[in-house]
Amino acid sequence: MTADARDRGGPAQPLLLVHGLRKHFPVRGGLLNRRIATVQAVDDVSFSVRKGETLGIVGESGCGKSTTARLLMRLIEPDAGDVVFDGDPVADRHGITVNAMRRQMQMVFQDSYSSLNPRMTMAESIAYAPRMHGLGARQAIERAESLLAQVGLNPRQYARRYPHELSGGQRQRVNVARALALEPRMVILDEAVSALDKSIEAQVLNLLRELKERFNLTYLFISHDLNVVEYVSDRVLVMYLGRVVETGPVEAIYARPRHPYTRALFASKPTLDPDRRTMEMPLTGDPPNPINPPSGCRFRTRCAFAQAICAEVVPPLAAPLDEAADAPTEHLVACHLPEGQAAMALHHA
Amino acid sequence: MLIFAARRLIQAIPILLGVSLVVFGLVHIVPGNPIDLLMPPEASPEVIAQMKAAFGFDKPLYIQYLLWLGRALRGDFGLSVFNATPVWGQLVAALANTFVLAILAAMLGFTLGIVCGLVAAIHHGRWPDKLFSAIATTGVSLPHYWCAIVLVLACAVLHDWLPAQGMGDDSLPLYDRLEYLVLPVVTLSLIPMGVIARLVRATVLEIIGQDFVGALTAKGLTRWPVIRHICKNAAPPVLALMGLQFGYLLGGSILVETVFNWPGSGNLLNLAIFRRDIPVLQATILVLASFFVVLNLLVDIAQAAIDPRIRR
Amino acid sequence: MSQTTADFVRRELQVAADAPQAAPTPGYWKAVARRLARDPVTIAVTLVLLGIIFISLGAPLVTGGTDPYAGSVLARLKPIGTPGHWLGTDETGRDLWTRLCYGGRLSLLAGILPVSISLMVGGFLGILAGYAGGIVGTLIMRTMDVFYAFPSILLAIAICGLLGNGLSNSVIALSVVFIPPMVRIAETVTTQARQLDFVEAARASGTTTMQIIRHHVLANVLGPIMVYATSLISVSIILSAGLSFLGLGVTPPQAEWGLMLNSLRQAIYVQPYVAALPGAMIFITSMCFNLMSDGFRSAMDVRLNK
Repeated sequence: MTADARDRGGPAQPLLLVHGLRKHFPVRGGLLNRRIATVQAVDDVSFSVRKGETLGIVGESGCGKSTTARLLMRLIEPDAGDVVFDGDPVADRHGITVNAMRRQMQMVFQDSYSSLNPRMTMAESIAYAPRMHGLGARQAIERAESLLAQVGLNPRQYARRYPHELSGGQRQRVNVARALALEPRMVILDEAVSALDKSIEAQVLNLLRELKERFNLTYLFISHDLNVVEYVSDRVLVMYLGRVVETGPVEAIYARPRHPYTRALFASKPTLDPDRRTMEMPLTGDPPNPINPPSGCRFRTRCAFAQAICAEVVPPLAAPLDEAADAPTEHLVACHLPEGQAAMALHHA
Repeated sequence: MLIFAARRLIQAIPILLGVSLVVFGLVHIVPGNPIDLLMPPEASPEVIAQMKAAFGFDKPLYIQYLLWLGRALRGDFGLSVFNATPVWGQLVAALANTFVLAILAAMLGFTLGIVCGLVAAIHHGRWPDKLFSAIATTGVSLPHYWCAIVLVLACAVLHDWLPAQGMGDDSLPLYDRLEYLVLPVVTLSLIPMGVIARLVRATVLEIIGQDFVGALTAKGLTRWPVIRHICKNAAPPVLALMGLQFGYLLGGSILVETVFNWPGSGNLLNLAIFRRDIPVLQATILVLASFFVVLNLLVDIAQAAIDPRIRR
Repeated sequence: MSQTTADFVRRELQVAADAPQAAPTPGYWKAVARRLARDPVTIAVTLVLLGIIFISLGAPLVTGGTDPYAGSVLARLKPIGTPGHWLGTDETGRDLWTRLCYGGRLSLLAGILPVSISLMVGGFLGILAGYAGGIVGTLIMRTMDVFYAFPSILLAIAICGLLGNGLSNSVIALSVVFIPPMVRIAETVTTQARQLDFVEAARASGTTTMQIIRHHVLANVLGPIMVYATSLISVSIILSAGLSFLGLGVTPPQAEWGLMLNSLRQAIYVQPYVAALPGAMIFITSMCFNLMSDGFRSAMDVRLNK
């Protein structure tokens, strides 16, 4: 891959380093509209994204994936935590501003229709950000048309159309083109293909892969669809109720998931092979409320292995207990108990 | 629900205080000393100083405000500058007269408005819709003081059907006294009729257009239960508007009362303006505005009681 | 871009250039204009309004130079159809048709000016409150609530009664009366627009607040605000004429429809039809603005016209 002129620190430095990200939302009520409860949406989330890789974030609805994406883009202000982009702390006196970060990191949203201004043409929507950042009007439109071509939409046909005239897949391509308009280095895809039909989804995923190679991009791919995440990701992060429970290379996670939640998540995928039925026990109990999450390990109320320590101490994200202490591993899991971490060899259907 | 009501009640207090501040402040924003407004120009400085002390105008502004507010809360608005009778008594009597008009006009206007709006909505696109929509728009566009004049013209001048002015006195039997009510009530009811009709039509159309009505019909419900369902869903915004309109009827009847010489609070206000009767002016505006605030409060609570989505 | 990428793009653009040009779809506003053009009621009403405005502005032309202030005691209260005074004369002998034409100037001014002022002030405050939210928004909205607590005519009368007579005072009073509802509607619409995804996407692209408001929020917000403002004009005309009717607005001997209605009130027993004319003008003008506003709202409502 060609080196980006904006690269600082070389390939060893992670493009994105997130540490201790936290966001709690107050719930107001009562006589004077005071805060009566807190939704702990994202709690102590840390991870890193390497240059050129695709990090998949997976989890159920409400686990905090989208909130994390918005925190990264600074659409919501985090309560705590640091975000470091290619060595520069974001929104820090010694680092780069939020606006400077936004020129290097962009986002594609889930709802393709509401992400586009219904009163603007496709070319205008794509050209908007470059124009606002100083590009001339004509050059901005030219760049928009070129991008439309890159995402597979004929600019002569689509540049002057309005969102309601395009299909979902076409709109999402436009959204991708718009994300690329500022020539970012990293793109966050927040459930970007979840609302599309399966065949269209496959096309868009392939397009994303082509674009990644062509433009030297790094992706953060958020989805609740396990198969899609497996298809696109190099590494995977599993979230539950605002915390990271497991992370590692995609092969490791999908072949040998270690955290009880991850295992249950994969077990919910029914196997097609009658001779190798899924043996793992399903999730028990009700999903707890993010307003009053369980103390310690948040998964303990649904975990078959829960012990006293799980309620007292938050399990740290660390290497699995049964691996050799000095063997370098990227596969980290947040669980106290060896039996909880016991690897299960998944039979791929 | 109770918490919502209590919360709205608490929120209403600063608004009422703000209203009282505005009413108090308006008089003092006016260029010129309030005393000069009350006193004849040839009054000597000693008399002026005396009056200032008597009215309390020599004290600092916020003290004046607090004193005035305190007295107001007890119903003591002082004496009318014009005829030296207690303001409160005059105001209450006038308010009662306006109240009669407002209630009757509200009943007439709301009923007609709902009927118009419903008919227009149900026959959407066809001639009844156009007709009743036109009637509603007319009601809203009519300057009601002009309409009053036209009605007086038609019913009292050209033909001697109804009395043109006043309230009639106690010597007349009840039936004759009711005649005096007809024209003012009809005139006042026009604007609420128009406003309510337009809102009812818009709301019912929106509800009919929603999918769940189709679902209800598909479930096999016959017309009458569907209509009841529509009414239940259309009720909250319409009720809110009705409350607002009633407030306008009470507070905004001045023009109609002037034309018909109806001795209500609007007429009192009119006279107070021309006589520069500041105590009466302040008292009337304060009471009417406060009533409006309380009315809005009750309407909000009633809305929340019907529509659970509103209570957050 | 690498060479392969450049080639790829060039090829794609070449393919694109060979394809037939798609017909450009009309923009949103053009579609609105087209719908309006097909609405006979709105067109008729707009023409009537233009007629009234023309008559008012061009009063000297239309009335053949008659002086609106010249009255003759001998010619008092002539009926409609009198030769030389085709709409009759008022209580001091002035020609009614002339007075109506000149009166239109002040009445229309008193109707449109307060709404324009409150549109600018209230719209600005409302969009600010809606977009910024937080303390600023709450402060603005709570202040508006206090003024909202007064029935509009009461507030107008209070302000006028204390400021005194005159057109400028009644314009000020009406502007103050209309600012709170303008702020409220602007704030509501802006808050709704602010939460839309494409506005969030615009924020994510690192553009400034002013740019976002100008390009994304304003276009989606101005529609409902303009519809509301147009409907307010009819209210303003009625209220300002009402103020003059009470003696609080325009002073005699100026020509203004509300004032004329008041001074002709006693004449109702003598010349009823002449006395009712000024009110008819108020009614017609107000009705036209209302219908025009309704027409705009229908044309802009995407749901009804899908």
